[in-house]
Amino acid sequence: MSAMKRREFLRVGAWATGGALITSRLAFAHAAATGRRPRFVLVILRGALDGLAAVPPCGDRGYGRLRGEFALRAPGEPKGALPLDGFFGLHPSLGFLGQSYAARELIVFHAVASPYRERSHFDGQDVLENGTAQAHASQSGWLNRALAQAPGGGRRRDAGVALGQNVPLVMRGPAEVTSWSPSKLTGLDDDTLARITDLYARDPLLSVRLADALMADRVAAEPGAMAPDMAAPPNMAPAQAGQVQAGQPPAPPAPGGAYAETVRAAAGFLRQEDGPQVAVFDTTGWDTHANEGAAEGQLAGRLAALDKGLATLKGELGPVWKDTAVLLVTEFGRTAAINGTRGTDHGTATMAFLAGGAVAGGRVIADWPGLSSHELYQGRDLTPTLDLRCVLKGVLEEHLAIAPRALEATVFPQSERARALAGLIRA
Amino acid sequence: MQQLGSTIAANRFGLGARPGELASIGGDGRDWLRAQLERAPPAIAGAQLASSAQTLGEALALQREVQQARRSGNDLQQRLPQFLKPIYQSEATARFEQAVMTGRPFIERITQFWTNHFAVSIDKQFMAGLAGSFEREAIRPRVLGNFGDLLLAAEMHPAMLLYLDNHLSVGPHSPTAIRAGLRRRGDNRPPGINENLGREILELHTLGAGGGYTQYDVTSFATVITGWSVGGGNGLWASGPPGRFVFRPDQHEPGIKTVLGRRYGDKGYEQGVEVLNDLAQHPSTARHIATKLARHFIADDPPPAAVERLARAFTEFGGNLPSVYRALIDTPEAWEQPLAKYKTPNDFIVSSYRGLSLPVDASHAPLAPFELLGQRTWQPGSPAGWPDTSADWDGASALLKRVEWADAVGGRLGSRRDAADLAPQLLGATLTGATGTAIARAASAQQALTLLLAAPEFMRR
Repeated sequence: MSAMKRREFLRVGAWATGGALITSRLAFAHAAATGRRPRFVLVILRGALDGLAAVPPCGDRGYGRLRGEFALRAPGEPKGALPLDGFFGLHPSLGFLGQSYAARELIVFHAVASPYRERSHFDGQDVLENGTAQAHASQSGWLNRALAQAPGGGRRRDAGVALGQNVPLVMRGPAEVTSWSPSKLTGLDDDTLARITDLYARDPLLSVRLADALMADRVAAEPGAMAPDMAAPPNMAPAQAGQVQAGQPPAPPAPGGAYAETVRAAAGFLRQEDGPQVAVFDTTGWDTHANEGAAEGQLAGRLAALDKGLATLKGELGPVWKDTAVLLVTEFGRTAAINGTRGTDHGTATMAFLAGGAVAGGRVIADWPGLSSHELYQGRDLTPTLDLRCVLKGVLEEHLAIAPRALEATVFPQSERARALAGLIRA
Repeated sequence: MQQLGSTIAANRFGLGARPGELASIGGDGRDWLRAQLERAPPAIAGAQLASSAQTLGEALALQREVQQARRSGNDLQQRLPQFLKPIYQSEATARFEQAVMTGRPFIERITQFWTNHFAVSIDKQFMAGLAGSFEREAIRPRVLGNFGDLLLAAEMHPAMLLYLDNHLSVGPHSPTAIRAGLRRRGDNRPPGINENLGREILELHTLGAGGGYTQYDVTSFATVITGWSVGGGNGLWASGPPGRFVFRPDQHEPGIKTVLGRRYGDKGYEQGVEVLNDLAQHPSTARHIATKLARHFIADDPPPAAVERLARAFTEFGGNLPSVYRALIDTPEAWEQPLAKYKTPNDFIVSSYRGLSLPVDASHAPLAPFELLGQRTWQPGSPAGWPDTSADWDGASALLKRVEWADAVGGRLGSRRDAADLAPQLLGATLTGATGTAIARAASAQQALTLLLAAPEFMRR
């Protein structure tokens, strides 16, 4: 544990206890005064990303002991990690995020976890998305409930878009959201569409879904919404981006190809003046049980594709990037030690990234628990010291101006002890 | 007017009515379903499909060639996908055709249910070549047998062992690990266990999350199945018949082990079989399977009484699956809410092909609809399989794609099909006046077909 890390954490934590209410009002007032329209992108990394590989604690002596030949080298060494704050490094595949950190546009959170303490991907993702402490406790997601509370959140086009054919749990709920994915098929003629709309009039689900889809298509078709090559047919559904293993794909798209397309679509929606403010997409393939690799290898390739996509997102958003916050989260971490098959099994705490022009970045926020065997959770995993909901609340409150009362009452019920982190977003 | 029973039987329990099917079912549909359970499950008809051992044996040999070529500077990287992709396409096409043509669609749906329960996904190495043979070899022949046999066959199949990394899992006190420890230099780690398969068997295949197991059980069970491997690979899994199950005593963790509080003697391979047998009969497994079946066949939020009835049948008949299916057929809730289930893309495509008597034409990209509508066969992307509730599939973009695809299908057929004639034959008692009127008033035969496939009652089962 570096004392500096703990101080940094406490400082931010102190803001959180004192300044929560004021910050929210300030953020809202600021947005109203400057006409700034915040944009928020949530990226769900499904499969449990190894936080100790993405953000190696190079300053912790336990790290090399646990990871052995798979430990990333310290910044400055050949194939070493990218420098963060001297204690933590960044995986060398994450070049764009490294630059973002240097430009003070990235906050790295570590030893963070949702309230979920078992090791099932599927329950872990459910808790990550439903915003409660229990799997399957809610049919709606925290981001949707937050959107329903956002200032002006009732307006349809103000809500959010899920990039993909379907809407992930985190975006399901009372607020109107839509989903969008590129289509190879030709659109319907107006007459057929009118008749189908008619046919769906008495069907509460299909009528809403069809209207949402048509709205998303209109937004996507507006001038400047999509980069020219968005018209090109996709290789695969965006939700499957990043799944393909190098050398083995059944119908090989370039890894990151479909993902890059998803990212460009997200940017296309967000840079619209009156389009959705929130976009969500997911990537998979982080479940590295065997042959995970280190500076190079399986995980390195996936991280590089992820990083490249974020760089694309920044480029495509253009001037809107300065009003954007992108949050990357995963359901849980992986074992602190390498397992018997040169990979890692399901664990507990991990890292999260908050990047973007709106982010008060250039910091690692971590109350580092240490890696010696008595410091590990159940003797095997990184111990959580930060509730992910503190991060989520901080971003929702400062960036999207969600009232603290709504965060406590409906967005994250029964989460009083997880106080919003303040100061994550630039004033 | 068709009876509601035959409509539900054909569309919810089956894969969508073919023209004339509702009339031939007759009665309330229950006898038609029970009769399908009588004979052995049908094999995939007519297709020349290779065994998993043959495919995997060739794939492993090819992989060695690729690696050797790389050492001498040649890039043959694409050879393996080029070998596997046609296998995937033939397998998935054969499965699709069987689903479209079968007269026992209940058995076909059950088969797809179990393959999804024991999911492998083609985005992992070799799975594109193995997913089809996994279904044909491990699942299909046992869907009318005993759950314990189905479980054992699925976990021992090379596809499952490779998909969940068990072929690399080595007991920390096994002869292999001890030898590696003696040779150890520097930071090189001795091989050890990989929890992946052990965890997913407990969480997904048997007890279910919350089914009463702990991390200790996961780790302990993972050591029980160390040595369950495949032959013909490289390094740890080199020896043995290529592409087939191999038990490797040298990699098996020796000793007595405890799983779920019960001790299992040091019997090598048999130790794993004993644990699996006990898992197959565990009350949590009965409840887990009952819940999934009820969610698939009754409603997204299955009625507790129905789950209870199925779990009781599962336990009472010792995991005999036809008895569980008969209990399902006898469950009143399965017949009370028509159209309670939103079709998956797979359901939607297969029922469209059945309803419109479309040929599965192997020469015309037969699998394209699955990709377009977001459910590529055998690619759920995770061992949990495809999700099974409306919210997972009813996205706005997904709906628009179905409607656009329906329109393309209508355009291809034009006046070669009569939607007004087909609507009552496909939708039976669930056909609404609104849909009937819309089809009757359509501007063209194409538009009428589009409206038939896009109708709210065709989107559901």
